[in-house]
Amino acid sequence: MPQEIDRKGLQQMVEAGAQLVEVLPAEEYAEDHLPGAISIPLRHIDAEGSKVLDKTRPVIVYCWDIA
Amino acid sequence: MSPRAAWRLESLGFQQVYDYTVGKLDWLAAGLPTEGTNANQPRAGTLARKDVPICGLDERLAEVRERAHSRGWDAAVVVNTERVVFGLLRAKELAGDGDRLISEAMRPGPSTFRPYVLADEMAKTMLDHKLESSPITTSDGKLVGLLLQRDAVDATRTGA
Repeated sequence: MPQEIDRKGLQQMVEAGAQLVEVLPAEEYAEDHLPGAISIPLRHIDAEGSKVLDKTRPVIVYCWDIA
Repeated sequence: MSPRAAWRLESLGFQQVYDYTVGKLDWLAAGLPTEGTNANQPRAGTLARKDVPICGLDERLAEVRERAHSRGWDAAVVVNTERVVFGLLRAKELAGDGDRLISEAMRPGPSTFRPYVLADEMAKTMLDHKLESSPITTSDGKLVGLLLQRDAVDATRTGA
């Protein structure tokens, strides 16, 4: 079950090597994204998730906000 | 959107999936750096004057006015010990009766803006609403600084 994570937890996990993924549309990623994040828009998760991401390392996903 | 992505990744065999549910908005609202085409655009948080005088609810207006004027300011932000914004003293409020408590003299609950708002959006809003200054706060209400209308307008003109 995916776990919720807060800002501090995110920073610690990224520093420790977690993969950070923005799932918003690519245009929004291009304007602003968290340092080190890669872009995999939600609709591309099925096709790209397993190709791009390493299953042996933690993955943190985010979008704009809780909505 | 991110919960669906997190669950889908898990269904694809990822076993360590985390969801930063409060997302990019939370990150930007905390004034943290970003990457991307907007990263170097002037924003409210970077333009806000961090040296704005602050004061507490229990102080007297005369003391705060003197402190502000001695530092070349015609405004002060009213905060608590956690720097959460309670009110604003612009020139008009600062010119009031010096014996009044700040809690009575301040303009309570001023509109605040987040640090990530771009300078041109801030300039437009401040001009439209005739705001000479606006507190910039984090998402939990803590003061980042005071943005002056002229700083927002200048940044829009110069792209600085």
